[in-house]
Amino acid sequence: MTSLDHTRTRPAAGGLSLATLAPWLMAALFLAVMPFIFADNSAITIMNQMAITIIFALAYNMLLGQGGMLSFGHAVYMGLGGFMCVHIMNWMEDGAISMPLPLLPLFGGLFGLGFAMLIGSFSTRKAGTVFAMISLGVGELIAACSVIVVVFFGGEEGVSGDRTYGIPVLGVEFLHQIEVYYLTAFWLMLSAALMYLFSRTPVGRMANAVRDNPERAEFLGYSQRWVRYYSFCASGFFAGIAGGLFAINYEILTEENLNLATSGTILLVTFLGGVGFFFGPIIGAIVFTLLATVLKLHTELWQLYVGAIFVATVMFFPGGLAGLLAMHVAPWRLGKMGVLVKPYLTTLLPGVIGGLGLAGATEMLFHAREAAEGDEAMGLFFMEVSSHSPVAWAAVLAVTAAGFWLARRGAPGLKAAWDEANTAPRGRR
Amino acid sequence: MSAALELEGLRKSFGKTEIIRGVDLSIGRAERHAIIGPNGAGKSTLFNLITGRFPKTSGAIRLHGKDLTGLAPFEINRLGLSRSFQITNIFPKMSVFENVRCALLWAQGHRYSFWSLVSRSRELNEGAEEILEQINLTARRDLPAGVLSYAEQRALEIGITIAGGADVIMLDEPTAGMSHSETDYIVDLIREVTKGKTLVMVEHDMGVVFGLADRISVLVYGEIIATGTPEAVRANPKVQEAYLGAALEAEH
Repeated sequence: MTSLDHTRTRPAAGGLSLATLAPWLMAALFLAVMPFIFADNSAITIMNQMAITIIFALAYNMLLGQGGMLSFGHAVYMGLGGFMCVHIMNWMEDGAISMPLPLLPLFGGLFGLGFAMLIGSFSTRKAGTVFAMISLGVGELIAACSVIVVVFFGGEEGVSGDRTYGIPVLGVEFLHQIEVYYLTAFWLMLSAALMYLFSRTPVGRMANAVRDNPERAEFLGYSQRWVRYYSFCASGFFAGIAGGLFAINYEILTEENLNLATSGTILLVTFLGGVGFFFGPIIGAIVFTLLATVLKLHTELWQLYVGAIFVATVMFFPGGLAGLLAMHVAPWRLGKMGVLVKPYLTTLLPGVIGGLGLAGATEMLFHAREAAEGDEAMGLFFMEVSSHSPVAWAAVLAVTAAGFWLARRGAPGLKAAWDEANTAPRGRR
Repeated sequence: MSAALELEGLRKSFGKTEIIRGVDLSIGRAERHAIIGPNGAGKSTLFNLITGRFPKTSGAIRLHGKDLTGLAPFEINRLGLSRSFQITNIFPKMSVFENVRCALLWAQGHRYSFWSLVSRSRELNEGAEEILEQINLTARRDLPAGVLSYAEQRALEIGITIAGGADVIMLDEPTAGMSHSETDYIVDLIREVTKGKTLVMVEHDMGVVFGLADRISVLVYGEIIATGTPEAVRANPKVQEAYLGAALEAEH
């Protein structure tokens, strides 16, 4: 056991203290100023993508982290919400209905909710493998429907629309990316706050109880099935909102938005961030979107690296990135972060260098095998190297080996420092 | 006056093996009733039948005169019956406080509410604090329940069981695996928290049984061979022969 002192003051029942509001206010402020720091359109597009992924990942974690339901088909609810919103945009273009564009994600959410109510009515009967298999089957079924029900899904080319036909809001017609950014940021704050509050309601608390021990929950008067059903419906609602925002941002939805690959990605994002904490999926979504967009610009093999990072996370840090951060709370409270600095530098830094060396070798191998005959020059970490040069190969392999060797040598020291950092000084207990 | 809990011709078979072979039992209101018997007599199975964990093969179970046939555990719980488990059965990843608070939710009428916040109900939070005080775990309030010591987890288990205010409390071997001092602590706790309620318990520790129970039933091979006051059961020759002689000897 860590010896944290458990005397921290508790907020009075129902009190909205500044301490509980502070992270939310900071997040809102952060979202407000981000476009001034990263002003170009591609950066704003990435941030929009990030916000959508955050909402989707938080919604997904209502199932996985909060409710203990592993879904392989959650893209269905986001996708359906998105398709519905594109259709509504088209109806607005035809003049059949009119409303301000910022309201649109709400309808995506309601459509996602409706479908979740339908599917959840039988899929949440059982948890575990049965739930996972049903989610997989339903995901496949809806994805297959996209080429069958062409009138709704638009077949292989999907459906597209134009977001600018809504009633202007204070003169804003959402022609510019930056306007869409603030719309997305607004929905992000609203959805995240509502999802957080949901986890604090009786049914949200019981979702955790059913996750931990469904049988015990039954002996407290709650039907595990209905507790799961409520979480599932709420999750479908917020996934639908993410779908609506996707529709506004990209103005097109295709089969890709509903298929199993997208469902798998959100599982990966959520797990990478950490399922045990409310804010875990937020970190996961930010890191993943950055990896996916920035890494993609530099290498064709980006998915390989994302996969490797995911596997490493599952194996070494099952708590995800959020769990990794939370592990440092105890040393921080004990004022012993300083103990960790040196071993981190002497162990993790060589480890990272070794990993980069391995990635370099992979890139060179890929280039040597796949590039056109005679094309031997490639860019590698801002250098020009030849993928056929023995010197370059020797260098990259040496860096890899040295990095890993140093990391391995430093590991016992790191472990000792970690134990030391987690031990309270005498007399503090 | 109708009994709090009534069993009539209750039978349960697993495949061809009959585990409970016709049990008739009537437990009155506010009675402390212990069920004892050798290992494999079917005591835990009897508990699981009463609480709806297993379906019965035949016979009747009535709680305050109401037939429980076909009801799920959560429905039986809502009728005012709560149980603990032989193997500790808590919510390990949630804090001790959350464990107790969850046990209060349904009883206080929160149902499946997603429009109210648990932190805003004074009744709920004070109720949970009160239970923690009762089971002596206030100091452990914010720890994940899974890291508590064994005796503390057993105390929490009892806290969760009584929190909902059920008037029939069933405890399955509450002192199993405990040291003497821990046993004394749990027995005092049980006596305290079940005042005025009907208590049904399975227990191996004869000291606990004879100290706590108003009446005792002896279950041997799926049948009740004797029911009565501790003195009557102790003096019963059939019980002496089948079980108690050996059990009491083992105590000394």
